[in-house]
Amino acid sequence: MDNEPNIIAFCCHYCAFTAADLAGTMRQQYPPNLRIVRLPCSGKVDVNLILQAFVEGADGVMVAGCEIGSCHFIEGNKRAVKRVAYAKKLVEEAGVNPARLEMFHIAASQGPLFARTAHEFTEYIKKLDAEAAEVPLATAAVDGESA
Amino acid sequence: MIVAERKPFEEIYECVKRHRKVLLLGCGTCVTVCMAGGEKEVNVLANQLALAARDRGDDVEVMEHTITRQCDDEFFDEATMKKVAEVDAVVSMGCGVGVQFCAAKFGDTAIYPGLNTKFYGATLEQGVWAERCAGCGECVLGDFGGVCPVARCSKSLLNGPCGGSADGKCEVDPENVDCAWQLIYDRMERLGRLEELEENRPMKDWSTNRDGGPRTVTREDVKL
Ligand code: SF4
Ligand code: SF4
Repeated sequence: MDNEPNIIAFCCHYCAFTAADLAGTMRQQYPPNLRIVRLPCSGKVDVNLILQAFVEGADGVMVAGCEIGSCHFIEGNKRAVKRVAYAKKLVEEAGVNPARLEMFHIAASQGPLFARTAHEFTEYIKKLDAEAAEVPLATAAVDGESA
Repeated sequence: MIVAERKPFEEIYECVKRHRKVLLLGCGTCVTVCMAGGEKEVNVLANQLALAARDRGDDVEVMEHTITRQCDDEFFDEATMKKVAEVDAVVSMGCGVGVQFCAAKFGDTAIYPGLNTKFYGATLEQGVWAERCAGCGECVLGDFGGVCPVARCSKSLLNGPCGGSADGKCEVDPENVDCAWQLIYDRMERLGRLEELEENRPMKDWSTNRDGGPRTVTREDVKL
């Protein structure tokens, strides 16, 4: 089994996406596990989008918007914070560790911060995967039976 | 509109996991407006069920469908009935009326409620809904300045206020509930009709309310 986690990063066009671009321009490495989905604003992120990412196999989901106070659409990032909090509750009810979903604030000029955040989040998800593999989950038991 | 709230996930999952194939049926009217049981909420629940079934190793296939209204025959079109025929159970995301209408229509297919139906209410702001009417069957709003003493006074007093009214708040929940009688007083004062509140009101005829048993409204002139 491929044990590299899949991470979906919903990034705001005006900040985190630009920061990701800048990280590239600055030749800052960040893990290839990340798949970036560009949104016009982090406030565009919807709980359905987040849930769907997990349903389709994401091991971690990042939502990255501007710093509080500097949203291009004034309040979009604050809305994203609330949606991520609600989505955490929804995924937890469905048995997914809510720590696999996180909101970040990264300004357009912070290429290195983007790279570091991507790196740290990926490592964190790998750690959660390793811990989950140790604990005999219901899924593991069922897989064992059907094998 | 009718205001409802999604049931806790576990309660729904307990029902769904008894079946192989389940249809989540949304309703496009009141519960879409109060963001409890419309197309979007159906999609959220479907995603949650898919994640939970995978995590717990249960074999449940979930289908999604939303119709304009679940309390009206005309919206149960052929496509909807075909989908229902394909599944073992339906979770209705309509209000209690919708669930019962579905139960009557779907014959031998199991049906479960996906929502807890709360009240007839209004949207105060996006994300906040409040009770305004209790469907008493004989509206008295005209006598109370347009504020309902039945639905909005915690004790449904027609000769209020009681001694628990303080600073405009109701003693039952001073944090969250306005005293309806304070609102009635303020409004009647503005209308220059305060003296009308001096009159003692006789007991309301509750036979038009639930006390008279389940109610039906019939309009012979529009019947087909
Ligand atoms: S008086 Fe009766 S019908 Fe009128 S708003 Fe109150 S509960 Fe509803
Ligand atoms: S405090 Fe006001 S709203 Fe509350 S029960 Fe008394 S009269 Fe009714």
